[in-house]
Amino acid sequence: MVVGTGASGSMAADGVEERKQMSALIVDDNSVIQKIHKVIMTKLGFETQVVDNGKMAVDLHTSGCSFDVILMDMEMPVMNGIEATKELRAMGVETMIVGVTACSLESEKQAFKEAGLNECFVKPLNMEEAKSLVKKLNKEDN
Amino acid sequence: GYLDDQFVQLEELQDHANPNFVEEVVALFYKDSSRLLLNIDQALEKKPLEFTKLDGYMHQFKGSSSSIGAKKVKAECTLFRDYCRAGNAEGCMRTFQQLKKEYATLRKKLEAYFQ
Repeated sequence: MVVGTGASGSMAADGVEERKQMSALIVDDNSVIQKIHKVIMTKLGFETQVVDNGKMAVDLHTSGCSFDVILMDMEMPVMNGIEATKELRAMGVETMIVGVTACSLESEKQAFKEAGLNECFVKPLNMEEAKSLVKKLNKEDN
Repeated sequence: GYLDDQFVQLEELQDHANPNFVEEVVALFYKDSSRLLLNIDQALEKKPLEFTKLDGYMHQFKGSSSSIGAKKVKAECTLFRDYCRAGNAEGCMRTFQQLKKEYATLRKKLEAYFQ
């Protein structure tokens, strides 16, 4: 498993390309989930940022921030995951957006996927699921 | 048991870089739970019941409970939400009392685990 293979790298003095650390944005209003997801992504080598709702995620992108992966909760105050995902896609954000939801209703999960997700998992994410995301990111990068 | 495989997942995330991870997650769960249980208690005193609001609180509580693997508490949350959707006030009240009992038992188990 190769982690940290960002799209852009720089050449070190010995001619070996340096790998950019990958970044993950965790969008969830639940502090327990925030902590679990932060630890999982950090263990996999990601630099992480955590926000409490979809609007904060959108505002970060509006201000010019970008990430390699976004873990997006579905139900949040201010702006939920469905709205935030639609907004990010409408802005042209092509980052991998992974929905994580406690919702058991298929119709609601389907609406979340149709908003523009790349993947959707039941929360919390586990290490195996997170590793599968890294594999996909590394494949896209290569 | 009171805790499912998700709790094992949390134990597996604990390491030298995060030596108190499980305890920290449980502390966050307690903090979240206290707030949500109080909100639900207060909401259950208002008549008629605001089922949408109650369902919202319980959705959050269910999320936290499942994150630490608290399967019995989570089961009561699911039942409560079913009663909310059915507009069944008595069912909500009864289930909430049971949920609080399960939560109290869970806390005792977790306290024993950390000792």
